[in-house]
Amino acid sequence: MSQDFWNFLFIGCSFAVYIIIAIRSRAASTREFYVAGQGVSPFANGMATAADWMSAATFISMAGTIAISGYDAGRFLMGWTGGYVLLTILMVPFLRKFGKATIPDFIGDRYYSDFARVVAVVCAIFICLTYIMGQMRGVGVVFSQLFGIEIWLGVIIGGAIVFLYAGLGGMKGITYTQVAQYCVMAFSYTLPAILIAMALTGNFIPQLGLISTTTDAAGNAVPFLQKLNNINTELGFSEYTAGKMSTLNMFCITAALMAGTAGLPHVIVRFFTVKDVRAVRTSCCWTLAFIGVIYLTAPAIGAFARVNLIEKLHNTSYTEAPYWFAEFEETGQMAWVDKNGDGKIQYFGPGKSEAGTSAAFAGKPKHQLDGENDKMRGTHGEYLFTNKVDPSNPNELYFGNDIMVMANPHMGGLPKWVIGLLMAGCIAAALSTAAGLLLVLSTSISHDLMKKIIRPTLTDREEIRWARIASFVSLIVAIYFGINPPSAFIAKTVAFAFGLAASSFFPTLLIGIFSKRIGNRAAMAGMITGIAFTLSYIIYFQFNIPYIGKGTPDQYLFGITPEGIGFVGMLINFAVTLGLGYLLPAPPEIIQKMVDRIHVPTGAGSASNH
Amino acid sequence: MSEHDPKAYRRDCLKILLALLSVWFFASYGCAILFREWLDANLPTVGSAPFGFWMSQQGSIITFILLLIVYRLLMSRIDAKHGLVDEKHQNEN
Repeated sequence: MSQDFWNFLFIGCSFAVYIIIAIRSRAASTREFYVAGQGVSPFANGMATAADWMSAATFISMAGTIAISGYDAGRFLMGWTGGYVLLTILMVPFLRKFGKATIPDFIGDRYYSDFARVVAVVCAIFICLTYIMGQMRGVGVVFSQLFGIEIWLGVIIGGAIVFLYAGLGGMKGITYTQVAQYCVMAFSYTLPAILIAMALTGNFIPQLGLISTTTDAAGNAVPFLQKLNNINTELGFSEYTAGKMSTLNMFCITAALMAGTAGLPHVIVRFFTVKDVRAVRTSCCWTLAFIGVIYLTAPAIGAFARVNLIEKLHNTSYTEAPYWFAEFEETGQMAWVDKNGDGKIQYFGPGKSEAGTSAAFAGKPKHQLDGENDKMRGTHGEYLFTNKVDPSNPNELYFGNDIMVMANPHMGGLPKWVIGLLMAGCIAAALSTAAGLLLVLSTSISHDLMKKIIRPTLTDREEIRWARIASFVSLIVAIYFGINPPSAFIAKTVAFAFGLAASSFFPTLLIGIFSKRIGNRAAMAGMITGIAFTLSYIIYFQFNIPYIGKGTPDQYLFGITPEGIGFVGMLINFAVTLGLGYLLPAPPEIIQKMVDRIHVPTGAGSASNH
Repeated sequence: MSEHDPKAYRRDCLKILLALLSVWFFASYGCAILFREWLDANLPTVGSAPFGFWMSQQGSIITFILLLIVYRLLMSRIDAKHGLVDEKHQNEN
């Protein structure tokens, strides 16, 4: 059986299941479209939230990021799970009790102003758009891998599928589809890890494999992580378990990711779909347990992949390199330049170069084409690239973080059907998150903007039509940025969405829930300063703005990278809101009563009809 | 069942909240970031992994899951104590 056969079999079957579910549970009313009629069981919602949460970025590039950065990657692992503790303890039970369909609904009502609602809508749209870009990129990577096409074409194909799929069902449709998608994802993520753990460490639980022993070149038993540390230092990288990020930066990024998680609109609305406050708490437990299955496996996959990659490629002559290397070269996800002309692939870290660099060449690989548009090959049969070779270091190998998970089964020599399953899992991850985000984008526009502000006379049917138009437009924007991502790696692009959520929604919602004293103007001022600070910091260091230019790392505030600045933005938001809040008058009686009411856990069902 | 006293209920909630958040902070920011180097050097390894490293990649996540389970149990208990439980067959709509 060929690889294509297995790919199409698994993807075809999983698609059939998703579409059947989506058609069967199509939304009939806005209430079903936005919150699935609030009748989802905590267990099913837990699975659906986990699928919504596990984005293409998590699925495809997190293990790769861990493989590259070792200990430093803990910021993603902790940030994206620890946020659920904040979410559960501080946010969702109260927001569910409040009982409306969206975050801007809560902010607009709690801060009794349409202006507040508009600011919240703009933030929600901005966050979801930033986030969905990474998803589209992920879909593109999977499709390019699958059909051997360029990434941009993959992004467009993926976008078309996401639209067809998300347009069908609204929240009710995507919830039950996501349950199926979670099953596909969890199975396809853990199975290769189990097989590789057995091969590498003789331990069939990957998490135990990671902390157990393996054999070194001489056949002696060595602790697996010790071996990885040795490999890293030999090749000029920092120790795998030590990392090289500053403690402050690590702290800020983790905090920004955690607070961001607790402020992400598409995650919060998921908990509006269950029956009552008790069900919310139960659902949170299920959610984090299901997420944990994947997050506890990722570090094992990352470590195994790194050992495999280096053992298979380093100091191997190109002609003897494994078959999959050429496949990844073809799509531009791996590349090799023979700097020293010995015909062997060499992989080195910054420690092996006097300049402290480790890039094989400048930028992302671009194939050299001949007169007939064919990709040109060099003396050993390798693909040639137009990129300018970096002579300051001996490293000859380029590979994207994104491909570690995809290449892992190839490297581990696993059967072809495992790879087909993994492809289905990747697509499930990207689709489920993109669908959830599109839903928030479209409800933000149709419900919060059109219905609540611009045209309150909108009928149910018109509102859903607006939602579909809005999701189409947002998707076009997302596709554009998926093709031209503002940052190199998927995980990084997504990290910005978290920075923005951390600096806008998290503090505003938290204060809205826990304080009766803070009124509308203080909250608005806090939200705007928080997000303005974070956004301008990120834009300054990520884009080349005309007349101002692009920031350099030595200009970082206390050495905090743009990924972690959301934490500072959050502190600014808190400071401004609380500072002004106690100077300005308290909100009206009716709002204070409302705050009291959301702390009482009973009666959430009836509250939704207000 | 005692009469619902909102102040006492919120005080109980706040206690749980602060207790759980301190564990949350200690497991993640404490063990895995701020005191990591000291823990790596001075605590016994988990399997073959240094303690701080293990906390950052595995231990903290396990702690988070346990925290949520504990939260659910404790909250159910104080809801019952204050008589704040939805009746089973209460008409929701």
